[in-house]
Amino acid sequence: MAILSQTEAQDILKKVLSYSTSDECEATLNGSISGNVRSARNTISTAGTADNVSLAVQSRFGKRSGVATCNEFDEASLRRCVQRAEEIAKLAPESPEYVPFLGPQKYLASPASFAQRTADITPDYRAQQIGASMALCEAKKLSSAAFFSDSSGFVAKRNTKGLEAYQRLTNLDFTITVRTPDGTGSGYAIANFSDLAKFDAARLTRVAADKAASSVKARAIEPGKYTVILEPAAAVEMLSNMMRSMDARNADEGRSFLSKKGGGNRKGDKLFDERVTIYSDPTNAEIPDLTFSGDGRAQQKVTWIEKGVVKNLYSSQFWAQKSGSPDIPPPGGWIMEGGTQSTADLIKGTAKGILVTRLWYIRAVDPQTLLYTGLTRDGTFYIENGQIKFPVKNFRFNESPVIMLNNLEAVGKPVRLGGNLVPPLKIRDFTFTSLSDAV
Amino acid sequence: MKRRDFVGLSGLAAGALFIPNIPSFAGNLVDPARLLEPGVDAAMKKRLADAGLNAAKAAGATYADVRIGRSLNQNVFTREKQVQGITSTESYGVGVRVIANGTWGFAATNNVTEAGIAKAAQLAVQIAKANSKVQKEQVKLAPVKGHGEVAWKTPIQQNAFEVPIKDKVDLLLSVNAKALEMGASFINSTIQQVNEQKYFASTDGSYIDQDIHRIYPSFGVTAIDRASGKFRTRQALSSPMGLGYEYLSPKAADKIAGPAGSDVVGYKNSYDMLEDVASATKQVKQKLTAKSVTPGKYDLVLDPHHLGLTIHESVGHPLELDRVLGYEANYAGTSFATLEWKAKNIPYGSKLVNIVADKLQPGSLGAVGFDDEGVKTKQWDLIKEGKLVDYEKIRDQAHMVGQNESDGCCYAQSWQDVQFQRMPNVSLQPGKTKLSVDELVKNVDKGIYIAGNGSFSIDQQRFNFQFGGQVFYAIEKGQITGMLEDVAYQANTQEFWNSCAAVCDQSDYRLFGAFNDGKGQPSQSSAVSHGSATTRFNGVNVINTARKIG
Repeated sequence: MAILSQTEAQDILKKVLSYSTSDECEATLNGSISGNVRSARNTISTAGTADNVSLAVQSRFGKRSGVATCNEFDEASLRRCVQRAEEIAKLAPESPEYVPFLGPQKYLASPASFAQRTADITPDYRAQQIGASMALCEAKKLSSAAFFSDSSGFVAKRNTKGLEAYQRLTNLDFTITVRTPDGTGSGYAIANFSDLAKFDAARLTRVAADKAASSVKARAIEPGKYTVILEPAAAVEMLSNMMRSMDARNADEGRSFLSKKGGGNRKGDKLFDERVTIYSDPTNAEIPDLTFSGDGRAQQKVTWIEKGVVKNLYSSQFWAQKSGSPDIPPPGGWIMEGGTQSTADLIKGTAKGILVTRLWYIRAVDPQTLLYTGLTRDGTFYIENGQIKFPVKNFRFNESPVIMLNNLEAVGKPVRLGGNLVPPLKIRDFTFTSLSDAV
Repeated sequence: MKRRDFVGLSGLAAGALFIPNIPSFAGNLVDPARLLEPGVDAAMKKRLADAGLNAAKAAGATYADVRIGRSLNQNVFTREKQVQGITSTESYGVGVRVIANGTWGFAATNNVTEAGIAKAAQLAVQIAKANSKVQKEQVKLAPVKGHGEVAWKTPIQQNAFEVPIKDKVDLLLSVNAKALEMGASFINSTIQQVNEQKYFASTDGSYIDQDIHRIYPSFGVTAIDRASGKFRTRQALSSPMGLGYEYLSPKAADKIAGPAGSDVVGYKNSYDMLEDVASATKQVKQKLTAKSVTPGKYDLVLDPHHLGLTIHESVGHPLELDRVLGYEANYAGTSFATLEWKAKNIPYGSKLVNIVADKLQPGSLGAVGFDDEGVKTKQWDLIKEGKLVDYEKIRDQAHMVGQNESDGCCYAQSWQDVQFQRMPNVSLQPGKTKLSVDELVKNVDKGIYIAGNGSFSIDQQRFNFQFGGQVFYAIEKGQITGMLEDVAYQANTQEFWNSCAAVCDQSDYRLFGAFNDGKGQPSQSSAVSHGSATTRFNGVNVINTARKIG
């Protein structure tokens, strides 16, 4: 019963709310069917499936709140779940950060968030895709390790204040690492879509295989500050880390890179190059997303950074009311505006620089400056006079996305990664602090 | 839930008891009293498991195992004067793993009935057969003799789930009050508890019932200088442990002082949270004005709460045989310590470096009676006097290195995840000659003492790493001379372990724990401990991490 229709889901939720005796009650149904297959050494290692639907009931008496969950849907189980939430609520102390449930909301439509083709994926299809990918690598005498996973699901919400929400989503992810048999070359490719129609395992396998073959005999060059071209797979996590740090409360409390000396936050300050514009839009056809947040707030198009200026921070409802700041939930995916240039175009326009396929093991070093460390991986190349000249050994970096986005040289055409639209970035003075022998 | 559990709570923040940010495998939110109810008895579990084993064999499996899992979690979260959330969760279900046509298949269900388990077993066989069409390597298991009906339990003194929530909340709010009274700007504190009730049965003839407990109290205290806008945090020096609530009853014998002048106290088998938060608050304020480190080569003196993470990343992970063989190439990575590298007999570390893998050590996170494929656990050498002698392996890997015995390293984070090779406890053995921390520091001319673990990063083959810490003290001519900030060190694994120059003795030995070690696709979490005594490493490259933005 994992993927319920809107009517089926809301019928269950109506029944749940009818059992409520609390002041306020909100019920949420989540369901998903997911499957995956994993390979390494050109053979399948593991595969599995999971199927689950879960109901969460939150009951409130005044400012006292209780939650219970269950995954059985007969009438007695639903009644028990509501009763348990109410018992917990009655025993709880009053919440100093209580905010009433929202009433009816208007949500945007994002129909592309669900693709039947993705929902119809079978274990045999997964095995075929990964089998064909392995065969391509075997033919080139390369070794592949890959992971294909997909899911389809729904979220439905309803409360006694009149809020009603429902949406279906599908998602698929594919990653592949291809290595030379002697372990001296390694390449990587990644893709993430809502709709299976856009997925091409063979193309991704070829990209990773080409990178593996061309990354052998990497030369060591001195660490230091270099102009880099970060492919989208290299840029995405640094940018995501920054986006996850745009919480208004942390900034107002003085413990964020967006905190202002003496108090307050840096909304309105120009912190980045003027070519930096980042926004979110759950209806974007490339990254269709949920149009409501976990607490029922509507997800709208929101500009976070515009021409280098911080325009908005996200917030909890409580903090928005307390601080008088706009009540904006954290976004799902984000979009960094870019141009029309591909990674190859950016390489052509580079006199000297380093092409980075991906960054790995990125960890925060200093939250004050958003300094992160990590390493390049699976294809790092030296560029001269607009051409890739030779592979180079991997580097450790210590860099902040805030500094990175001030040292911007060029922004390419965004592609979808991890539910975001991420452009390749050309950055000057990117800080590499040591070399790694890892391949 | 009893009313007294909440009596006296000063406040519950928004989101308290709201859908928590808990891993999806953690299960349903339940009444805390539910966590004290016994699970299904062993006889019933045997009957259920046999239904799965028989269905798998009937469908064509040549091997099958059934894991009936009941995972209980309770987490209490607070900040300043209020409770942010209290979650009690229960997850219950069954995972069935099979070999059919020489290929693994796995399926899980929360329908814990004979029919439900049989259906999952049939689905697992179906998946195995589908994948066998593109399979290149047949699965070959190291032999395991069936253990019959056996049981094992973490040797705890006080079940943390039996302690009223009010007691936990009172402790955390008193910790917070101490920090605020001493001038902290903010504090978050938590107690996390885990109870894994696992039943394993296999076609080898094992029926193993295990009851595993873990606990992790922790906090983060923050100081802010509003005028300069600078903020710093000091995390707790507690370790997650394979213990009950007795870990939170401090004993003087379990406290170990850091070097004179450092104001650091380490903890063995019990933890004084109030004492630690007082130290933390004092230290976090000092961090705001501490001298920024001058980059360069230093002799590092690393306390066990710090060194545990370095051991984890630079020894524990590279010696996982699945990485060595390439099974993690697409995610966690491979390893420099290949079979070919091992054959060359290159020193992994200096002769002082003796590192042991262990699944038995009392109080550790990795201690169990049997692993998740029915292998009885043990202790074995990984590195002896600096030389790599063995890896960490499971049943389907042993033959690939010419061995016929698993090390008992198989683990799944829940019934709905497939088990695979995970890290055992990996610990540096203490020095055999008597050496205190003060004696060790006395011989350091230019060094840095680091306590607590901070930022950590290492490459996909475990060559190059960078670590931060919680507190840093300059050592000049054998004396601690003051606190430093902006410190991180970068090293190559082999160079680092070969620079190991002194290891304190057994009296300084204690465990560090990694509560949520991630690996695999889909990613799974495991918990593992790392023991060591304070250790000196010579001539390590230290960088300054201070930057300026906008």
